This record gives sequence, C-alpha cells and structure tokens, in this order.
Amino acid sequence: MDTQLAAPAGPRLWTRPRLIKRAWLRWAIVLGAGLYLVLAIGSVDVNWARVSEGIVRAARLFSGFLQPDFTSRWSDIQQGLIESLTMTVCATVFGVILALPIGLGAARNVAPAWLYGICRAIIAVARAFQEIIVAILFVAMFGFGTFAGFLTLSLSTIGFLSKLIADDIEEIDESQVEAIRSTGGGFWQVVDYAVASQVMPRLAGLIAYKFDINFRESSVIGIVGAGGIGATLNTALDRYEFDSAAAILLIIIGIVMLCEYASGWIRKRMA
Amino acid sequence: MLRIDNLKKRYKTGDMALRGVSFTVQPGELVGLIGPSGAGKSTLIRCVNRLVEPTAGSIRLGDVVLTDLGGRELRKARRHIGMIFQEFALVERLTVMENVLSGRLGYVGFFASWLRRFPEADIQRAFSLLDRVGLTDHVDKRADALSGGQRQRVGIARALAQDPELLLIDEPTASLDPKTSRQVMRLITKLCAERGLAGIVNIHDVALAQMFLPRIIGLRAGEVVYDGPAAGLSSDVLTRIYGEEDWSKPAGDAEDEDDLPAATPQAATGLVADPLAVR
Repeated sequence: MDTQLAAPAGPRLWTRPRLIKRAWLRWAIVLGAGLYLVLAIGSVDVNWARVSEGIVRAARLFSGFLQPDFTSRWSDIQQGLIESLTMTVCATVFGVILALPIGLGAARNVAPAWLYGICRAIIAVARAFQEIIVAILFVAMFGFGTFAGFLTLSLSTIGFLSKLIADDIEEIDESQVEAIRSTGGGFWQVVDYAVASQVMPRLAGLIAYKFDINFRESSVIGIVGAGGIGATLNTALDRYEFDSAAAILLIIIGIVMLCEYASGWIRKRMA
Repeated sequence: MLRIDNLKKRYKTGDMALRGVSFTVQPGELVGLIGPSGAGKSTLIRCVNRLVEPTAGSIRLGDVVLTDLGGRELRKARRHIGMIFQEFALVERLTVMENVLSGRLGYVGFFASWLRRFPEADIQRAFSLLDRVGLTDHVDKRADALSGGQRQRVGIARALAQDPELLLIDEPTASLDPKTSRQVMRLITKLCAERGLAGIVNIHDVALAQMFLPRIIGLRAGEVVYDGPAAGLSSDVLTRIYGEEDWSKPAGDAEDEDDLPAATPQAATGLVADPLAVR
C-alpha cells in the first residue's frame, strides 16, 4: 500500500499481468510438468538390440533410395497409380457434391434448426473415425480393391468439407444477406448472391487442398487393402524390394508436391 | 402512403426495442429518423421490410398490410421497398453491374439470376442508373475495389433498380467522410425528388439531417418523442431526444468533467494517483 504514497514521486512500475497470479503456483506447475516429462521419458522401454537391427534395415532402405528401380515393377506401379488417381478424383468429386448441401444445411444462419441438427450429426459421424479404420471397415464389407478406397475417401471428404463449409457460411457478412433479402430475392438467390459469392474462394481452396490430402490418403489406405498405389507399395515392402518401394515413394512425393503447388496456385488466383 | 401503427418489437433477449411507434409518411416525403444509439432506429426500418419481425402493431404500404404477409407475398412486397445500408452491404466479390442487377432479383427467376441472364430492359435500366450516379466507368470492377463514396452510390443504384415506391435508408453516411456524406445525401434527396419517392432516413448526424431532410422524427428508447419540421429541433427538443447536454456550445467544448476518471475507484488502488496531472 505504501507504493500509493511513493507513486507520484518516482517512476511508476509496470509488469505484464501474468496468466497465473501466484508465483509459487506458477513455478509448481512448471516444475511438475518438467518432472513428469523426465519420468515419462524414463518409462519408455528402448530395446537397443532391435534399434540396431532397425538401423541396418533402414540403411538398406535408404540405399534402395539411392538406386530407385522404376522399371522392373513398372506395370504394377502404373496400375497402382491409375487406381489411386481414379479413386482420388472420383471420391473428391462425389464427396464435394454431397458435402455442399450438407454444409449448407449445417450452417446455423441459413438452415432451420431441425435440418441443422441432422446435418451436424452426419458430419459428426463422417468425422468420427480415422480414414484407416474406415478403410478397414469398408474392405471388410465390400472386399479388397478400389471401391472400398473410393467409399472411404468420399466419406472423409464429406466430413472435412461439410464442416469447414458450414463454419465458413456461419462467419459470412450478414449485411450482404440482408441486402439481397431486402430486394425480394428468394432463398436460392440469397444463397447464390450473398452466401456463395462470399465463401467461394475459400471453398475452391479447400477442395484443392482436400484433393491433395485424398491422394496421400489413397496411398495409405492401400496398405490395409483398399487398392491403389498403397497396395503396390505394400507388396514391394513385403517382398523386401526396397528399390521398387523407393521408386513408388518418390512418385508419391512428386505427385503430392505437384498437387500442393497446384492447390496453392488455385487459392492465390481465387482470393 | 406508409402508415405505421402502434409498432412494438421485443427481442428474444427481452429488450423492448420499440414501444408502440406510430406515424405516417406521405408520397414523395423524406423523413429523417434521429435518436441515440439503441433507440430502435435500425429495428424500426427493418420492421418495415420485415428483415426484423415486429412483435405487435401494423405497417401498411398503400393498400398492402406488410405485417400480414408471408413467404412469396412478402418477397413481392419487398420489391417495392428499396434499402440503402450503412456499410453499403454490397456483395463485395461481385462486380458493380452484378450488384446493381441484384436489385432486380425479385423480378427474375433463380436460373436466370444464377446465369446472370437478366432481361435486356433490366440491363439498360442498370446502365442508366450507373450513368446517373456517375459510375459508368466502373461497371465491371469488383465492388471491393471502389472507394466508400463510390460504393454507397452503387448501393443507391441497387435500391433504385428495384423501381421502389419507398426507400429505407439506414445511416447512409456513417461510414463516409463529411464531404462525401453531403454529396451522398444530396444525391439521395435529388433522386427521391426526381422520382417522387418516399423515404425514411436513419441518421445520427443532426446537422446533416437538418440540412437535407424537411421532417424529423426523434426516437428515444423505442418511443417517438418528436415529430415535426427540421427547423423545430430546439435545444429542448434535442434534450428530449438525446438527454441532458449543453446544445449551444460547439461540440469540442462539451467534454464533461464527469467523463474523466477523477471520481472512479481506480484512484484508490494507486494506479491513478492524480488524474488531474494528466491534463
């Protein structure tokens, strides 16, 4: 309290207000977290013999990378690639077609409450499981092959896009909606002029981004039997053909980078 | 022509925005609606085209009881009521022309509007309106590429494209500088006079209101406390609308002593040892 008296005489002190005011509590939390981290690391059981074996295998894998073999398994690789790309394109298109109405229905400022509830529930279900688990389920239902992969990616596209579209629509500038409604425009005209025009650039970016994710996913879910380049990669690894596996990985990296650049370009153009 | 009777609006939060407002607007008459923030000005004009649902009371435009309409009928009635907004409310990513044509949405079907295939007459009307507001050179620019004054003129052209009988104008100058504000007000009053349009103008700048609007309605806490000529806005009347203030002094001198933190409890915590020393 004596600072009150001292204040007018000297310069007044200021320090940044802390998130946790009590100093002892702040330090207790920091030290506690540090201690837990040390104990947790200590509890991880490292089997050094297996690590050294793994390093040897890794060395073989990397030496395979130095001489990737594109030729001896080319027909398999080609077929895997075509399957993956087909899967990706079909699933993205199909997913977008379904995601648009669901996303619109899941936006609170556009849809009536009952529709909002239904659409949000669909989104929650579509997002509930990780792609690999969904792929395993679909493979169990429809057998090995690209159809299971297509369904998996479609579902994940619906989950991803509907949610982000809905969230975007909920954040649009409402005054533009008011303006179009006040001209006597109908519901779909309001959606076209006031809603779509505001979310379209981000939507195009999201679709391009999801396409790129879908291609990557398609190579992962192939490993659990959903076809595509992932299945080819899995076969190559099972046969210890690291040079072919390296070729496949390089191709995947190349295509993912191409998609990345393309989606970046599209987003920039649409802004 | 426009007749508002005992209009009431209670928001879901329980706030009583309008407590029984009644007045009429004659054909060709421009009315200024003034009042402090939160007096219900915005709510009132949004009740007229039913962007906000009134709780009680009635609004008639000509022979049509706007408050009874639903669905399609309401959209038909809205075609005859143009609206101009404070922040312009243009569709930012569409071109100037598309924004003006959007004033015709009530008259064309969805697919025609989706493909931007508006009737030839609508396009000619849009061109002549853009000529009239001086934006002929900006037809294909995106709305967000224009300056504030230009955007408000697009907003005016959009409202007039509807071929309205009544204009609802919500704070048309609040986002504009003083000179542009006057130009926009002059344009609005002139266009209304040319076309014999009636209008309600929400406006918080009393001087600007007096300059351009012959009749003023003062709203306070959802009630009409003044309805008369602009010349009748005496200090007494302004106090009735806005509350106690010395209206004879220029705005700069009006800073009240009690706005300063001298009397606030911070002084006791030692943060403000001597607030008067700040001056």
